[in-house]
Amino acid sequence: MADMNWPKQGTAAVLGATPDRIDGIAKATGAAKYTYDITPDKMLLARALGCPHGHCQITAIDVSPALQVPGVVAARALKNVGAQVNWEGDLVAVVVGETEGAVAEGLKEIKFAFNPLDVWVDDSDLAGAEKAGRTQGAGDNTKLDNKDIKKPEEQDAEFKRLLDECKKDGAVVEGEYGIHVITHMCLEPHGSTCEWEGDKLTAHLSTQNVSGTAGQFATPLQIAATDVTVHCDYVGGGFGSKFGADSWGVVCAQLAKETGRPVKLMLDRDLELKNAGTRPSGFIQVKIGANKEGVVQVWDSKHWGTSGIQGGPVTQGVIPYVFDPPNRRRKSIGINTNAAGARAWRAPNHPQACAITQVAYDDIARALGIDSYDVFLRNLPTVTNNKAEVYKAEMEIAAKLMDWRKKWHPHGKGPAKGSVVTGLGMAIHTWGGAPHSSTCTVKIHPDGAVETFLGSQDLGTGTRTVIAMVVAETLGLPVDAISVNIGSSKYPTSGSSGGSTTVGGVSESNRRGATDALNLLLAKVAPKLDAQPEDLEAVKGRIQVKGNTAKGLSWKEACGLLGMTPIEVQGNFQRGVTQTNLSSNGVAGVQMAEVAVDRETGVVKMLKFVAVQDMGLIINRKLAASQIYGAVIMGIAAALYEERIMDPTTGKFLNAELADYKLPRLGDTGQIVVELYEPESEYNRGVVGLGEPPVIAPPAAIANAVCNALGVRVGTLPMTPKRVLDAIAKAK
Amino acid sequence: MKNFEYAVPRTEAEALGLLSREWGETEILAGGTDLVGLMKKMIVTPDRVVNIKEIPTLRGVSETADGILIGAVTPLDEVLDSPLLDDFPAVKQAIRGISSIQLQAQGTIGGELCQRPQCWYYRNGGGLLADRGKLVASGDNRYHAIFNNSGPAKFVHPSRLAPALIALGAAVRVIGPKQDQESLVPLAEFYRVPRDDNQRETVLAPSQLVTHVYVPWLNLHSATYEVRHGEGPDYPLAAAAAALEISGGVVREARIVLGHVAPTPLVSGDARNALVGRSVDANTAESAGAAAVAHATPLSHNGYKAQLAKTAVKRAILLAAGLETGGF
Amino acid sequence: MKDQEHQNGKSGFNRRDFLRGSGAAAAATALATAPQLAFAQAADDKKVVRDQTTITLNVNGGDHKVIVEPRTTLLEAIRYQLKLTGAKPVSPDGVAGAATVLVDGKAMNADTLLALECAGKKVRTVESLGGEKPDAVPAAFVHNDAQQCGFCTPGFVVAVRAFLNAHPQATEAEIRHGLNGNICRCGTYANVIQAAMEVVKGGSK
Repeated sequence: MADMNWPKQGTAAVLGATPDRIDGIAKATGAAKYTYDITPDKMLLARALGCPHGHCQITAIDVSPALQVPGVVAARALKNVGAQVNWEGDLVAVVVGETEGAVAEGLKEIKFAFNPLDVWVDDSDLAGAEKAGRTQGAGDNTKLDNKDIKKPEEQDAEFKRLLDECKKDGAVVEGEYGIHVITHMCLEPHGSTCEWEGDKLTAHLSTQNVSGTAGQFATPLQIAATDVTVHCDYVGGGFGSKFGADSWGVVCAQLAKETGRPVKLMLDRDLELKNAGTRPSGFIQVKIGANKEGVVQVWDSKHWGTSGIQGGPVTQGVIPYVFDPPNRRRKSIGINTNAAGARAWRAPNHPQACAITQVAYDDIARALGIDSYDVFLRNLPTVTNNKAEVYKAEMEIAAKLMDWRKKWHPHGKGPAKGSVVTGLGMAIHTWGGAPHSSTCTVKIHPDGAVETFLGSQDLGTGTRTVIAMVVAETLGLPVDAISVNIGSSKYPTSGSSGGSTTVGGVSESNRRGATDALNLLLAKVAPKLDAQPEDLEAVKGRIQVKGNTAKGLSWKEACGLLGMTPIEVQGNFQRGVTQTNLSSNGVAGVQMAEVAVDRETGVVKMLKFVAVQDMGLIINRKLAASQIYGAVIMGIAAALYEERIMDPTTGKFLNAELADYKLPRLGDTGQIVVELYEPESEYNRGVVGLGEPPVIAPPAAIANAVCNALGVRVGTLPMTPKRVLDAIAKAK
Repeated sequence: MKNFEYAVPRTEAEALGLLSREWGETEILAGGTDLVGLMKKMIVTPDRVVNIKEIPTLRGVSETADGILIGAVTPLDEVLDSPLLDDFPAVKQAIRGISSIQLQAQGTIGGELCQRPQCWYYRNGGGLLADRGKLVASGDNRYHAIFNNSGPAKFVHPSRLAPALIALGAAVRVIGPKQDQESLVPLAEFYRVPRDDNQRETVLAPSQLVTHVYVPWLNLHSATYEVRHGEGPDYPLAAAAAALEISGGVVREARIVLGHVAPTPLVSGDARNALVGRSVDANTAESAGAAAVAHATPLSHNGYKAQLAKTAVKRAILLAAGLETGGF
Repeated sequence: MKDQEHQNGKSGFNRRDFLRGSGAAAAATALATAPQLAFAQAADDKKVVRDQTTITLNVNGGDHKVIVEPRTTLLEAIRYQLKLTGAKPVSPDGVAGAATVLVDGKAMNADTLLALECAGKKVRTVESLGGEKPDAVPAAFVHNDAQQCGFCTPGFVVAVRAFLNAHPQATEAEIRHGLNGNICRCGTYANVIQAAMEVVKGGSK
């Protein structure tokens, strides 16, 4: 019998190798079809109209003039007169037509009028939000080393005492930090192409949730979920924002039904940003006290932020981030702003928490004149995930790759070359990354062909390649011998791609399915080889007696014994139910940044970035490294470039086009060094998700590097030239 | 996009015949990198689009008796690659600053000079002046003007080549409105501040057309320095071009032009005065930078731009003089 | 001949004139005295296109008839009529570079070009770099994993192809400066640099 467990480290044939993506060339030459690319015959184009004001009551809405425009086929209002609209860009109407031009003209003809209501979009101004009645308590939590102190006023006194003690011997920093709202900015916007055949709907949906969206169409359309097929071969970015069919997906299906033709409705770039995904902001006031070694003794903070109209801040559970000092008080406040609701953004809560709290730890280093590395090191005993040893090992590797000890200087005390100063910063992170539930069907055909089916998707991690590698490893075949089928809700159910769960999930189901399928095959082959199935192995394209290449059959010969009927097996993994040695959860991760800052312009330039990351067992080292490179670059974006900017009067999202929404370009990213940390202890844990963790620490690490360079804390991210210059001016 | 008539004149005369007398009715298509996006967003909705790229005389870089002539539809990358412009580094540096090979290949020099403001209130449908400037004044103006912003126009002129060309004493040849009319407009006098949403940012009439850019050979030391947030085609936060006439180590004449700080490219007499008669070094450049922004009038969120403009002036001067600029 | 003269710079262009500012004065006068130009003047001119028309686009080496309106972009025409969907619509303003195609050999954004402008030009899309034996650039993208979600990738591939055509011996510093017209959200830039460098060095072996 084939062993379900992963092969021992160093013995795998395929795992840990670096094969190219199996769908790579299709994607790189335009052959891969994304939702936006699906163009059935007779397809109509639909576009939505966004409300022009951030908060208003609709006084008129009439789509009939749009129908007069040549080429417009249908139009519908999505809201009624009297309805209140809570954010600019909320979809109020849709026009369907033959060409993009006709639809644009139709949208222009829609009569829409409104009475403006009060707008609040400023999420950094807590006092103003309170005055405007836009705040709500979102919880607080206090932990004192002395558990006997329970009354609030006694706790106040205790925090004061603890801070005073730190002031005497160590240092206290009172800091204000923040990070603004950013968007998901999927380059393929949200949307679908919907086509009906009778009462059966096929929704080509740009989604990270192939198996979980059919029902989201069915219920509002009042059809059975069995009559819906969600299809998505390729998705142009999701980052946590594409789990739903979304209201406009349902509208698209309705319009396809109404017009009797396939309809494509993809959000315009600006509507995409206004509706389909933002990450909550985080702003904090903190008093942090440490002893003279830099070990933090007390943390007392109040933080706030917005998740849009619901008004939730960063969850208080991750404040301060990763570290949990013996005395800690945290209070959180949500600000209700006229903006669409936030969506899960790659590692929800973590990047912001890291960015607004590990900067305070670095400010302790600054206050004490201690190397930041040592402050992080000395606080490792308080990490919340029992990974102090992993962090320590990763810190040592990162420091070597960065040449930290040689380059580091006390904050603001480095050599200046004219107006340019350089600095180092670091931060650490954590994430779960347990696999999602996943079911697959593995088939071995009598001609030797192997295929697997599952309702998964490839967000960009290389899902197909990972699956092919796992099945190939299991069956002793080359990667290109495996045919991988994902992207249809009619395939066996696999989880949505969110929270770094996919590689683990699909590896679980496919390892299980392929092992079971192989065992059926071994049972067929064993008599032929005068052996017991448990004595056989599948290696290098052969089924053979273990270790005996002379006594075996080629894979093809072996499969020929199946006669006319393929083997078909389901691989099944249920999170929290299935016992497993194949996967685990929980990672650490250490990152270091080196920046140059031009004090005269406030421009920050990335010089070097080092990311050391554990992820249990690594399936494909090339794909894993890509995830980290990409995450670091996304982190650079949040650290230095991107933020949502809103007009205080009208609530307009001012920079919702890419011309205004700043993102790093190829030339902005400096040198990035990625180190995959996979000692045997990590390998033996099995697969742990990687997508989220490396995106968490970059903003904090870069903010700390900028502070180290300048000797001045730029409190709010992104650290634009304006904020850097303002911080320098304020410090003078 | 609203539909429109599409016209492809082959001569200047044909082009003039196709242009309307009213703003908004016709638009001139050169590279289209700005216009097409504006039309898609229905910010600009012409009845006719006149593609001037097929007029052969409007393309190319050539030498004249006392300068260089650049056809208005000459792509920026051809300008960049032209050896005829090797002695005008300010122009080449400005084009290099647009670090997108697509925009350099598609964009034209005439279009670059005539592009519309990048102001996000305008681009979001708020009108050119955004409610006579009120939206800008009370809103987010971090990228807006720090000079000449007391009137309704508070945007910054987006051209990245104009400061360099103005500093170099360039002029544009303008034809129309009548068939045989032509004039040579110094680029320094080409831009103006619109007073209402229906005016434009240049002295052109709707039925006039920029056909050529003329850069005189004045033997100047020139440079453009842009302060950019990052790489890519995004506009600089502030920029300056310097053209210096230096002899015997002393600045005899100078033209310092600031970009992205005012509704027009801004010639700074104060910066000039701080330079003329002095030798160029870090101190004079610094004082010229300080002089350039001494009278800035920032809005609520863009005070930092004065520092950027000051630095841009200083560094453009140093770069023009072949000295270390500082910075990265 | 007037144009010819201007090409030679013999008429109207001398520095005395512009230094005196006489040009501006002339322009101002012209503004004041502009005569009414009949807008419909060219209505019958064959050079004006209204409404739908059939044109021929030369794409990837072949001539293709497409039906376009003046407002139809090149991107719309190739995606919806020629079903060449490699070039992607990402932003209406072309700053993302996702719709990059080669027009007469130069990288341009198909989303800010009108289809009508491209009649008579040679358009090449990313699809022309694929097929049985893919071009070295997409091959290097795959080998260096310079793609994640892949939505920006075709545009990036075309941009790299154009850039390396012009700079076959590009250094890493030149690549870092020269390929900033494309946005990738997944963050594949580091891999794109590697891919481009690999092509410079002769491709993946």
